[in-house]
Amino acid sequence: MLDLDIEKRLLESDKRACARLISMLENNDEKAIDIIKHLFYKTGNAYVIGITGSPGSGKSTLTDRLTKALRKQDKKVGIIAVDPTSPFSGGAILGDRIRMNDLALDKDVFIRSMGTRGFLGGISKATWGAVKVLDLYGCDYIFIETVGVGQSEIDIVKMADTVLMVMIPNMGDDIQAIKAGIMEIADVFAINKSDLDGADKTQVEIEMNLDLNEKEDYRPPVVQVSALKNDSIDLLLEKLELHKKFLIDTDKLHEIRRRNLRVEIVQLVEEELLKIIMDRANEDDILDELSERVARREEDPYSAKEKIISLIKKD
Amino acid sequence: MDRPIRVLVAKPGLDGHDRGAKVIARSLRDAGMEVIYTGLRQTPEQIVAASIQEDVDVVAMSILSGAHNHLFPKVVRLLKEEGVDDVLILGGGVIPEEDIPGLLEAGIKAIFTPGTPTTEVIEFIKANIIRK
Repeated sequence: MLDLDIEKRLLESDKRACARLISMLENNDEKAIDIIKHLFYKTGNAYVIGITGSPGSGKSTLTDRLTKALRKQDKKVGIIAVDPTSPFSGGAILGDRIRMNDLALDKDVFIRSMGTRGFLGGISKATWGAVKVLDLYGCDYIFIETVGVGQSEIDIVKMADTVLMVMIPNMGDDIQAIKAGIMEIADVFAINKSDLDGADKTQVEIEMNLDLNEKEDYRPPVVQVSALKNDSIDLLLEKLELHKKFLIDTDKLHEIRRRNLRVEIVQLVEEELLKIIMDRANEDDILDELSERVARREEDPYSAKEKIISLIKKD
Repeated sequence: MDRPIRVLVAKPGLDGHDRGAKVIARSLRDAGMEVIYTGLRQTPEQIVAASIQEDVDVVAMSILSGAHNHLFPKVVRLLKEEGVDDVLILGGGVIPEEDIPGLLEAGIKAIFTPGTPTTEVIEFIKANIIRK
């Protein structure tokens, strides 16, 4: 594929151009970064919804159902589905498409699976880039489905306009719900598989927890759904739209996006700085030697750090 | 190549046996590849659409139902129609010896039958990948 026209083809909603550009960004391709630099001013039209929750809570199926509901309104939808990369082999099995097969042939749905590639927090570093590409591709809505999360992988909140937390009945006692992290980032709660016993109890636990929050002008709604049975999906979408409306009406959307972009900039700076430092530290095996000295207790980790930092300070 | 190879593993046709496909998926993962697993009963159209959206280097299909002579070449043809010319297409499953030459001619780059060591598949992919 010619790189020359990839930019033009992306803006014409060409699926292959969109797919290739996401890959290029995933692989830190300078040409792709230049294209985004060039087109960034056109982004910001897509509404980004993060979908998170524990493994097996039904995130993919729910994403499929919400996408179908949006397609009835003729909205164009992008889906970024993240699954974990093995820290040992660097490989990954990305299996979220299994639950979204009906969407594969819809010309106004674009699904992309991504491995975390060493990034913690439930998403991939390249997710930031993929969101921009799908935005330029013309999506009205972008769903980011995180890896199945535990208790503190909350990076999705730094990327999404609205965060949907998917819970299921009987996932532990109510103390789980008041631990820090997961509960604090949700804008909308879905209790999926709500035909199972315990859905009402889970709802009460979440609501009680929300009661303890400081009084704010927005209270996250809790919706009982069944993705599998396609039950209450429209109601859930309505609640997501209400949060969107709230953000727009109160001018908070801009605030959230500025906050998220700030995180993204810091992320990029950190990455670049770390690369510069580590490239220098790996020259002449400086890092290996320091590690050995520290292991022999001839040096301490803090002094080793100072030596590595001093490598770039000299420049 | 300093990026992971991306492989779509798909089960076209109607048979419900995906043990082999899962074993391959797992082995490719352990070899450092990103495997997009699409599950059972995929139509050639779905496989092609997923391959394009996922921008894969390899499409690996497994069939045990006997529909390989129809479905494998159809995927090759549809990919070509979409202008995709840089994807390595592989087939596997219960494929009679006499069907293999025809499938290779149709554009499937290799057919792996039961008993093939997974290392052989991995080596083949690494050696034959089209997009560097």
